[in-house]
Amino acid sequence: MERVDLNQMSVRQLNHYLHHELPKKGVNQLEIANPNGFHNIAVGLDIPVKIDIRGHAGYFLGGMNKQAKLIVHGNVGWSVAENIMSGQVWVKGFASQCAGASGHGGLLFIEGSSSSRCGISMKGCDIVVGEDVGHMSAFMAQAGHLVICGNAGAGLGDSIYEAIIYIRGKIHSLGSDAQEEPMRQEDYEKVKNLLNQTDINYSPKEFKRIASARKLYQWNTDANQEY
Amino acid sequence: MDCLIAMKIDHEENSLYNQQILQYIHRAAEKGLYDIRGLGAKRKVPSFDDLVFLTASSSRYPLEGYREKCLTQTLLGTRHAKKPVSLKIPITIAGMSFGSLSANVKEAIGRAATKIGTSTTTGDGGMTPEERASSKTLVYQCLPSRYGFNPDDMRQADAIEIVLGQGAKPGGGGMLLGLKVSPRVAKMRTLPEGIDQRSACRHPDWVGPDDLTIKINELREITDWQIPIYVKLGATRVTDDVKLAVKAGADVIVLDGMQGGTAATQQVFIEHAGIPTLPALRQAIEALDEMNVLGEVQLIISGGIRTGADVAKALAMGADAVSIGQAVLMALGCNSEFYFDGQQTINVEEEYRKLGTAPGYCHHCETGLCPVGVTTQLPDLEKRLQPDWGERRLRNYLQTLNMELTTLARACGKSNVHHLEREDLVALTVESAAMAKVPLAGTDWIPGAKEV
Repeated sequence: MERVDLNQMSVRQLNHYLHHELPKKGVNQLEIANPNGFHNIAVGLDIPVKIDIRGHAGYFLGGMNKQAKLIVHGNVGWSVAENIMSGQVWVKGFASQCAGASGHGGLLFIEGSSSSRCGISMKGCDIVVGEDVGHMSAFMAQAGHLVICGNAGAGLGDSIYEAIIYIRGKIHSLGSDAQEEPMRQEDYEKVKNLLNQTDINYSPKEFKRIASARKLYQWNTDANQEY
Repeated sequence: MDCLIAMKIDHEENSLYNQQILQYIHRAAEKGLYDIRGLGAKRKVPSFDDLVFLTASSSRYPLEGYREKCLTQTLLGTRHAKKPVSLKIPITIAGMSFGSLSANVKEAIGRAATKIGTSTTTGDGGMTPEERASSKTLVYQCLPSRYGFNPDDMRQADAIEIVLGQGAKPGGGGMLLGLKVSPRVAKMRTLPEGIDQRSACRHPDWVGPDDLTIKINELREITDWQIPIYVKLGATRVTDDVKLAVKAGADVIVLDGMQGGTAATQQVFIEHAGIPTLPALRQAIEALDEMNVLGEVQLIISGGIRTGADVAKALAMGADAVSIGQAVLMALGCNSEFYFDGQQTINVEEEYRKLGTAPGYCHHCETGLCPVGVTTQLPDLEKRLQPDWGERRLRNYLQTLNMELTTLARACGKSNVHHLEREDLVALTVESAAMAKVPLAGTDWIPGAKEV
């Protein structure tokens, strides 16, 4: 397996290598040592490669990822996999705020908890969180699925559009226009399918479905504080 | 006699509760909802109209207008980018979304800008193939909504503009009412068709200037440090905001004063938030100077730029370029009583009347029912603005601005429009003298200026 060391090169050199040299070499597996909490590691990738990051990373790890599978053997800072388009980002530890923000596709899996605004503005990606999420998660989420295996903080799904939240634990409170709905057969299958892509083994029967009540889709003067 | 006095008293308007305010109160009482509209502030504020040039005479020597060249080449984004943006004129086209504008309009703008040698800018909703194909130099906006935002389009761009605010609604997000959320717009924005779409006002993945530094670096990393990163600000606390944007690593600051336009937002924002373009520009230049980055970080000013004189005054105040939005739409026929169907002009005053307005007064971009086909998504209306006609109109307009700009610059003795300077200007009012920090005409008095 190819190995690069962030004690020996800068993040800028690393990203340049990943964008321009790695595709030419035909390498399909890579290890990044000593991420040292650096920001912007492995951003903007568009190559089917598996990359193990051996340690903690800072902001925006895997930002705008396409095709690549990134596995972080540690924790990550803000906005891991922001605007992810495809591929997979797997965090073995915990994630800070805004995980998967505005993601369009692909899968983000966080084994531990994810802080506030997890899945904010998500636009089609799938996110699985092994433990809890912080407040205002899935705020203005437009499309895709957020699976929460633990509990959720205040304002879950505030102003949500067509994204669907599945949650196994307790909800501190729902946000504006979010409501609990009965699980349907396709929901069970979706949860099962997403959990199968991780190493989590909960039964889909344990999950609740949260989706948009669609009462804010058209301008509503009686809900003036909800906008 | 008593009767005449009574008549006069009956018609005395209350300055506090005047006709405009009464209309506002009655409307609010009836609807229970604030007014949402397009375009920019209608109130009169100190502006470039309040400045005049001290052109050459015996103490300065003018250039010969018809023989000597006056350069207009403009370079933006020289601080960090490997490929700065190089423009033939210092007049750029502001970000306006596909959604608020039709695809035909975006194409016409791109073609005109390319012919004249300047840049266009995407908007909320992402990049359309039409505008990429038609625009030689295209700036890709990174907005809080991130509608349609993706790395492939970003890598096709010639610069990235991170939008923190807009002059018409600093601190607020835009709105696209249901009639304009057509199937294509909805698909680009990943939203259900026909909903009243609210755009976020805060970015989803960062908060505050320290985060912005990291975000700018992320975008640089993704684009391999090739293209410049602009940061767009709505003009409020200009000095601090500009300094923070510079510290965060911006290559170019785009500053939008309160006269700047919008496709649709709350009227209360448009008229009551932000500061005018004139003092905003002066504060921004002072901030860049204090940071010692004048010339290193370029400044684009926008918000009510309409004429070549406005452009010249903005450059003399210190801007590197201007950006125009509303005036572009007007060049394409906005607020005109007719549109051109390819053979003849068609009068549409009746359609304005149905919107409750008239040519010259319309600000109903939010409805999507634009009588001249500029701010619409309805196929029948969209056809009213044909790209060929629109391209020609906008090209003529931009050319006129540039000719006026060079005319004034030559008359000030400048062989390059970027050599215009604040010393070339005086103010006609005390307010504008204080805001622009140029002397009141006929005096050496700058209100509020510290004595050296």
